[in-house]
Amino acid sequence: MVHVKINGIPVEVEPGTSVLNAAKQAGVRIPTLCYHDDLTPFGSCGLCIVKQEGSAKIIRACAAPVNEGLSVITHDAELYEVRKTILELILSTHPSSCLTCIRNTECELQDLAAEFGIREQPFEVRLSDRPKDTSSASIVLDPEKCIKCGRCVQVCQDLQGTFALEFIGRGDGTYMAPAAMLKLDDSPCVKCGQCAAHCPVGAIYEKDEIGSFRKAVNDPDKKVVVQIAPSIRVGLSESFGLPAGTVTTKKIYFALKKLGAYAVHDTNFSADLTIIEEGHELVGRLTKGGVMPLLTSCCPSWIDYVQKYYPDLLDHVSSCKSPMQMHGAITKTFYAEKAGLDPSKIYSVAIMPCTAKKFESKRDDNMSASGYQDVDLVLTTRELARMIKDSAIDFLKLEEMEADSPIGEYSGAGTIFGATGGVMEAAVRTAYHVVTGKEMERVEVEAVRGLDEIKKGTVDFDGTPIRVAVVHGLSHAKEVLDEIREAKANGTKAPYEFIEIMACRGGCIAGGGQPYGANDILRKERSAGLYADDKKSVYRCSHQNPSIIKLYEDFLEKPMSEKAHHLLHTTYQELPLYKA
Amino acid sequence: MAFRNYILVCGGTACESSRADQIYQNLVKECEAQGVADEVQVIKTGCFGFCEQGPIVKILPEDSFYVKVSPNDAHELIAEHIIKGREVTRLLYNKEESRKHAKVEDIQFYQKQFRIVLRNCGFIDPENIDEYIAREGYEALEKALFEMTGDDIIQELKTAGLRGRGGAGFPTWMKWNFTKQAENDVKYVVCNADEGDPGAYMDRSTLEGDPHSVLEAMTICGKAIGAHRGFIYIRAEYPLAIHRLEIAMAQAREYGLLGTNILGSGFDFDIEIRLGAGAFVCGEETALLQSIEGRRGMPQPRPPFPAVKGLWGRPTVINNVETWANIPIIITKGGNWFSKIGTADSKGTKVFALTGKIRNSGLVEVPMGTTLREIVFDIGGGIANGRKFKAVQTGGPSGGVITEKDLDTPIDFGSLVRIGSMMGSGGMIVMDEDDCIVDVAKFYLNFTVDESCGKCAPCRIGGRSLCNILEKITAGNGVPEDLETLQTIGHAMKTGSLCALGQTAPNPVLSSMKYFPEEYRAHIEDKACPSGTCKKLVRYSILADKCIGCTACARKCPVGAITGEKKQIHIIDQSTCIKCGVCLETCKFGAVVVH
Repeated sequence: MVHVKINGIPVEVEPGTSVLNAAKQAGVRIPTLCYHDDLTPFGSCGLCIVKQEGSAKIIRACAAPVNEGLSVITHDAELYEVRKTILELILSTHPSSCLTCIRNTECELQDLAAEFGIREQPFEVRLSDRPKDTSSASIVLDPEKCIKCGRCVQVCQDLQGTFALEFIGRGDGTYMAPAAMLKLDDSPCVKCGQCAAHCPVGAIYEKDEIGSFRKAVNDPDKKVVVQIAPSIRVGLSESFGLPAGTVTTKKIYFALKKLGAYAVHDTNFSADLTIIEEGHELVGRLTKGGVMPLLTSCCPSWIDYVQKYYPDLLDHVSSCKSPMQMHGAITKTFYAEKAGLDPSKIYSVAIMPCTAKKFESKRDDNMSASGYQDVDLVLTTRELARMIKDSAIDFLKLEEMEADSPIGEYSGAGTIFGATGGVMEAAVRTAYHVVTGKEMERVEVEAVRGLDEIKKGTVDFDGTPIRVAVVHGLSHAKEVLDEIREAKANGTKAPYEFIEIMACRGGCIAGGGQPYGANDILRKERSAGLYADDKKSVYRCSHQNPSIIKLYEDFLEKPMSEKAHHLLHTTYQELPLYKA
Repeated sequence: MAFRNYILVCGGTACESSRADQIYQNLVKECEAQGVADEVQVIKTGCFGFCEQGPIVKILPEDSFYVKVSPNDAHELIAEHIIKGREVTRLLYNKEESRKHAKVEDIQFYQKQFRIVLRNCGFIDPENIDEYIAREGYEALEKALFEMTGDDIIQELKTAGLRGRGGAGFPTWMKWNFTKQAENDVKYVVCNADEGDPGAYMDRSTLEGDPHSVLEAMTICGKAIGAHRGFIYIRAEYPLAIHRLEIAMAQAREYGLLGTNILGSGFDFDIEIRLGAGAFVCGEETALLQSIEGRRGMPQPRPPFPAVKGLWGRPTVINNVETWANIPIIITKGGNWFSKIGTADSKGTKVFALTGKIRNSGLVEVPMGTTLREIVFDIGGGIANGRKFKAVQTGGPSGGVITEKDLDTPIDFGSLVRIGSMMGSGGMIVMDEDDCIVDVAKFYLNFTVDESCGKCAPCRIGGRSLCNILEKITAGNGVPEDLETLQTIGHAMKTGSLCALGQTAPNPVLSSMKYFPEEYRAHIEDKACPSGTCKKLVRYSILADKCIGCTACARKCPVGAITGEKKQIHIIDQSTCIKCGVCLETCKFGAVVVH
């Protein structure tokens, strides 16, 4: 342990702790703007400057590691003035259009301006006149609001290994954008939206499509049918001040009904459906000598990534559509039939923790397997939260209700899809059953839970070892994908049978469309919420879900049937990194 | 001497751009044509430093110092000096003195200089390793490899008291020691040759004139800290330096002085060149390392320092060219010898690039502790054109102005900071009374604002804001509150910027405000530029009692702003006048005045 003093307060911290975190332990809050728990300290904003006693040097608390005997002053008149001036300088290049900004009341710069009591603009205001980039189906880039903190670039390059965003230009003319003056849609961007989730201001945000929802529910000709993704139930609560990890599934159903939905379903149901199909695909490949290892396919950013960066591995990717797309296809076929609705009149809406899902719903013709676009509209958790607030619904006092049948019932395996390792765990629970004909005694697969970047383990299927790996955060995908590539090049077998890859760190619970502020503490709490919900559920395995069993009996016949193939499976193609 | 005469032709970039290569070619041709090729060796050397007088040709053994030589002079130099033994007086620096007194030592420019870093520049052919070796080259490496341990080498630097010449003056031995102590199997040695200060070219000249001294020093460092790979990061705008480095590296490898098993010692060390695209900020060590890694050159927060976590996360020693060039001689002559030169605070010498309104511009190397007055007036020969000295800017765009009252300060790292400037990399720009201090501050700030990487908010936004305010003031739109705003933003930049570029960018503004407050006030309150530099504040008019109506000014005015009949008083139409000043130059009667 290292002993340091923060404003004279002695604290004992782990070696390697930053001054910022040591101060936190001493109960001292140092203002920050560019700093984010997820990222390597970048030091661009200059707000966390502190003085080191016995030295004239000013250090950045976010980046400086403590050393034994270090004594720092975090607050004095000079530091206050300098921080305030820096903040005023930043504000001099940022529009004061807070009232109409998507981040109004949720903006880190706004919070700091309030905290520092900034009442006037002492410096000449200079705003960027770069146009918005609206080319992407998922996110919007607004250079005028950008404060060049660099978080988006760090997220894109370091966390996601994607390099769609870069610092362009220099000095006062610096801006964040794809290289070569390309638009986002023509760049390597995988639409994960982590840039938007990490942006402290309103410079990158999800494409807001609340208007389309409102238009649809007010159209007498349309029946709006909504599905909610696994991680919405644990994410939305934070937007209404509930502790992270609080599950509010049944309030969300009711809120959506109040917002005008004709029926509310649960994507968890289709997560179960995905497991049945993918589980059989895995077992099929295992027993019939198919291409191994199998890679999951639920995450649209991961799919975009593999199509752009590892097109040579596309035959490893499961042909299963994502639960959302399966759900859309089932909604406009099986559900329409059961509910006696004309599928052309169904307006299928998905509430997702994800910005890439907006893109996925229109990706290609496979996303219109029902004969119509299977999912008409995707809204993120943040959009749903705004919509509920706009509609004067008191979410906390809302009653609870069940999802509409017959595609609302789900197992705990479907629920945990939202957390990293969840798909793997759910798949193992069912694949074990398919292979051995037995149920697992203990369904929890601890090896694939938690926030380690790459989790590896072996599951014993009654004598057959299945080697699995779980990756979250696209920059880590490279490691296992390169292992597969290398094995292929050497003519050997990759050391895995089944690999789950999710683009976002922590999985969908910290997706690019979830409430702001995700860090590892929140990721753990949100995941814990899902795992607790799983534990409470009546059915723990997808194949036990009676509604799924019924769906096969009444409609799909059997897993991997021709009908299932048509509606629930898709194909992939190589994509260029940069569209010319 | 194997030859009767040696003709040294300056091959530095400045002389090369004045056709020194043609002079060299012509001299070689003339030697052959006039039949003395066997007796005379023509050598292209590195920079002589006296760039004001270039191209320079020196002939040994007479030590005749020929200046402003042109390619056409080759014939005469050979025919007269070499064949007939008569100096070509018209080309000598001291024309008025007889041939016997035209030697280098007699030239005032060189008299107070003491050359360690530039010891070989202008003496040897930088493209010939034998000439370097003949001047004790690679002796230090041999000593380091066979007689010294890593700690011995570091101790020698400690005894010498060498401080980094890149700007901050950090003790070199400490840097090496931290890196040596950092535990890691891979360590790197980096040479910062990304010289970027406007007007500074000592690193370029050192590499052009004596590339082996840097290679030798880096190899010694590799031995001291346990590194086997070095990088020289040099801007692509220095093609001649790069070319000579490449030749030097190839020759060193051929001689077994670089590469595997150096001199049979078992020690391996090799060096690679990395070209920079010319961003000033890449001279900042962490940005430079990012650039070598192939990333955008942006500074990183320190700590952690490169000595602990540098290139590709490995412990790295990074020193600038001038620092490296000091090291071989410290190892050969010993730290004690070196420590006797200079002041208590700073040992050794410092090379300055002396430019501006000075008679003798050029590269000068003086012992630490030399006063600014000696540099400006004795070596530099004082202000050109009989104007009055106003100030000298040291430290390039990061430094501050120093006025008459501080000219007798013996300069070293500490004293310059105490008088509000800094050593920086050694740019020294002299201003006279015709220079507007606000305009000069604006010039430097414009440079740093252009060169800011844009990463940190204080520098990116603050720099531009300062610039805009100065623009406003020099355009006559300043208000008294602007002075306070300049102070506030300047202070925030100094305190809050991530790297030295932003931390020092406001220095020219803050120091000039301190020493020349009246000039700022004149611009703001009187809307006047005392030196007549700020075009928007200048107003030309014709004094009625002096104008004789000769029409000369009206005829010269390029925009027809002056009207008046012959023998009548002329008038300048202010709305048409473009303030070019031609009328002022033209009028022989002192009738045109500038306000």
